[in-house]
Amino acid sequence: MRELSLNILDIAQNSVRAEATAITITLMEDAEGWLTFEIADNGKGMDAETVRRVSDPFYTTRTTRRVGLGLPFLRLAAEQTGGSLEIRSTPRGEGEDHGTVVRAVFNMKHIDAAPLGDMISTLCVLLQGQPQINWLYIHTTPRGEVRLDAEELRAVLGEDISLDETEVINWIRDYLDEQYSTLD
Amino acid sequence: MKTLAELAEIREKMKGKVAMRQNDGNETRIIVGMGTCGIAAGARPVLAALVEEVSKEKLEETVTVTQTGCIGICQYEPVVEVIEPGKEKVTYVKMTAEKAQRVVAEHIKGGKVVTAFTIGANVAK
Repeated sequence: MRELSLNILDIAQNSVRAEATAITITLMEDAEGWLTFEIADNGKGMDAETVRRVSDPFYTTRTTRRVGLGLPFLRLAAEQTGGSLEIRSTPRGEGEDHGTVVRAVFNMKHIDAAPLGDMISTLCVLLQGQPQINWLYIHTTPRGEVRLDAEELRAVLGEDISLDETEVINWIRDYLDEQYSTLD
Repeated sequence: MKTLAELAEIREKMKGKVAMRQNDGNETRIIVGMGTCGIAAGARPVLAALVEEVSKEKLEETVTVTQTGCIGICQYEPVVEVIEPGKEKVTYVKMTAEKAQRVVAEHIKGGKVVTAFTIGANVAK
């Protein structure tokens, strides 16, 4: 994938398929050029064997074809820059805190690092597709922070207006746009 | 600055509209494949273009844009399906934002399938 924001979209879609009701996406950039992003969900989780296998390109949960490339490529992309990929998961039924955390570290100054790309579009796709999920997005940089909390928006909108209404999605796009423009 | 107060205004404006909307199965559904294959092939701008065009043309009352996972024809991604009530499903393949705009204008609004973009016109001969 040409942008890390597309990888983030892909991983978040895995969380959706894992029946998560809350998904938190955090991005942390430091002054040295390291980007750490984390997608944490409260979905059904995976057992240790499955976690071990999801980085294998010939393992996939999909039934339409036999190759899953999302996580293996992301691991390769992160490691190429001197970074890393870590997956932690607790399956449902083993205590309260089930779910999965995918954490990737990239050296954005490395020549092989893909750009972060359009996070705003990624978030709009996720909220439009899954308006009922409690999305929380926090992107911290040395220049400031961008934040979006679906629960907060839902508190304003009430029960009858869904987050996937076009006018709401357009507002979200502008809201994030403005926050990002203050970082530049 | 965009504020939450503005979002509250959108809510007031939309309340009546949403209540009026009929979900009687007569709406047109546009479905975009957003699996790994779709995303990697460029489905994100296609979805954004569809949502934008539907809103620009004020078609929200009768047209919904939804997402689905991989449907098994990854080599044709980005894939967009159009399901109109009482009609056969139309599958558009190798979509772009520009093609999506044409599908909304010519097919959804104009009622004429954009044959050149359909899977039938794009299978390897």
